[in-house]
Amino acid sequence: MRPDVGDEVAEAFRQEWGKVVAALIGMTGDWDLAEECAQDAFAQALKTWPRDGVPRRPGAWLTTVARNRALDRLRRGATETARLREAAALSVPSDPDLDDDSGITDDRLRLIFTCCHPALALEARVALTLRTLAGLTTAEIARAFMVSEETMAKRLVRAKHKIRDAAIPYRVPPAHLLPDRTAGVLAVLYLLFNEGYSASGGADLVRRGLCAEAIRLARALSQLMPDEPEALGLLALMFFHDARRATRVDATGDLVRLEDQDRSRWDPAEIGEGVAILDAALRRGRPGAYQVQAAIAACHATAADAADTDWAEIAALYGELARLVPSPVVELNRAVAVAMADGPAAGLVLVAALDASGALRGYHLLPATRADLLLRLGRRDEAAASYREALGLAGTDSERRFLTLRLAELAGPG
Amino acid sequence: MDRRGIRLQGNQLRPVSDATTVCVRGDEVLIADGPFAETKEQIAGYDILECADLDEAIEVAAKHPVARFGKLEVRPFWVE
Repeated sequence: MRPDVGDEVAEAFRQEWGKVVAALIGMTGDWDLAEECAQDAFAQALKTWPRDGVPRRPGAWLTTVARNRALDRLRRGATETARLREAAALSVPSDPDLDDDSGITDDRLRLIFTCCHPALALEARVALTLRTLAGLTTAEIARAFMVSEETMAKRLVRAKHKIRDAAIPYRVPPAHLLPDRTAGVLAVLYLLFNEGYSASGGADLVRRGLCAEAIRLARALSQLMPDEPEALGLLALMFFHDARRATRVDATGDLVRLEDQDRSRWDPAEIGEGVAILDAALRRGRPGAYQVQAAIAACHATAADAADTDWAEIAALYGELARLVPSPVVELNRAVAVAMADGPAAGLVLVAALDASGALRGYHLLPATRADLLLRLGRRDEAAASYREALGLAGTDSERRFLTLRLAELAGPG
Repeated sequence: MDRRGIRLQGNQLRPVSDATTVCVRGDEVLIADGPFAETKEQIAGYDILECADLDEAIEVAAKHPVARFGKLEVRPFWVE
């Protein structure tokens, strides 16, 4: 057995899971069956790929195996004529593209619009998309939303039951409903990208597949809706983040601070694409949260070096963002920008206000930011205490190593 | 009761977890997961629809005159 086949199955899982599930739902209309058969197909791949080699088109292989498995299950469980008819229909691959007039032919977009249906609770939409489209486990999603695995499992089951029993259609909405349904899809894609960019747990900080998936879907969405500036804003934002991917962690997987990143390794093509897309979005004259965040990311991405960064502009943009979407995390970022523009003491005032509000209790970046500012003010003992507090809250190994390093620097000669 | 002509019709509804609340404010159709939020809100009437899917039911509900000031709960029958 070739040792890397397991990795190839894992990679195929990242790339193909959503496609396989989306295709199977399209064929069977049964979400649970689709997930189970997709899982079976990947289990089958783990068994046969080491022996027979990885197929040339893993996605097609997996979909075929999953479809045959669904056919078997439906036949075995067929006690009623309706079930038999369903099984018979499955043996002829249907063309699901014929039944909507939206112009979108990507199975996963049909899936994402259904997952993001407004008759589902917002947290259920996001969870369902991450589960069915991105293949995240219930445990990973539970962690991302800070609820127990049991609660998340119930949420997913309930959402799937509602889709089935209240007959939420499996399709891209018709043209007159599209704009209304877009905001929810954008929110899901952004979360999806973030999940890939700063993985929710374990050692694997960068799960390339999820980001690529989010970019692919965001691009398709922005092409479908060229007049929706927020879709363009989101796509631009993803490009700016993605351009820095190679420098975000070092060879050992540790986080590298923005100011320490090797800017010569930032992807100029992706930055250029981000700038062009953001300009196109801003020309519409309808600013929104994604466009403002993209503008902030553009300030970083286009600065020749860290010292050249326009922090006053960034602080102002965070102020605009806080107006559009009030959030304590945005406020924490504004504190960092204000500290860079006006000095650490000014930033520390904003951090102290956030501390007092308790809105970010348990979020490691609050004490980590406080520690950075205290250090810059020369208050080393307080800085060390804050780094230790952050260390106790950090979720990934990489974050913990980063904070341990800061602590070690503090303990050294200064 | 059916034989005596007293019970005219009846159907079992699916649970509230399958309900969707629809209302129209301004030009916007607002859609929310779940039944009426407040139990003290009164049920003023009902309509029985035959729809292809939930989207069609929502569109019909949004055109109901009550949707502009009240709320409509869309809930499927138990069909098995």
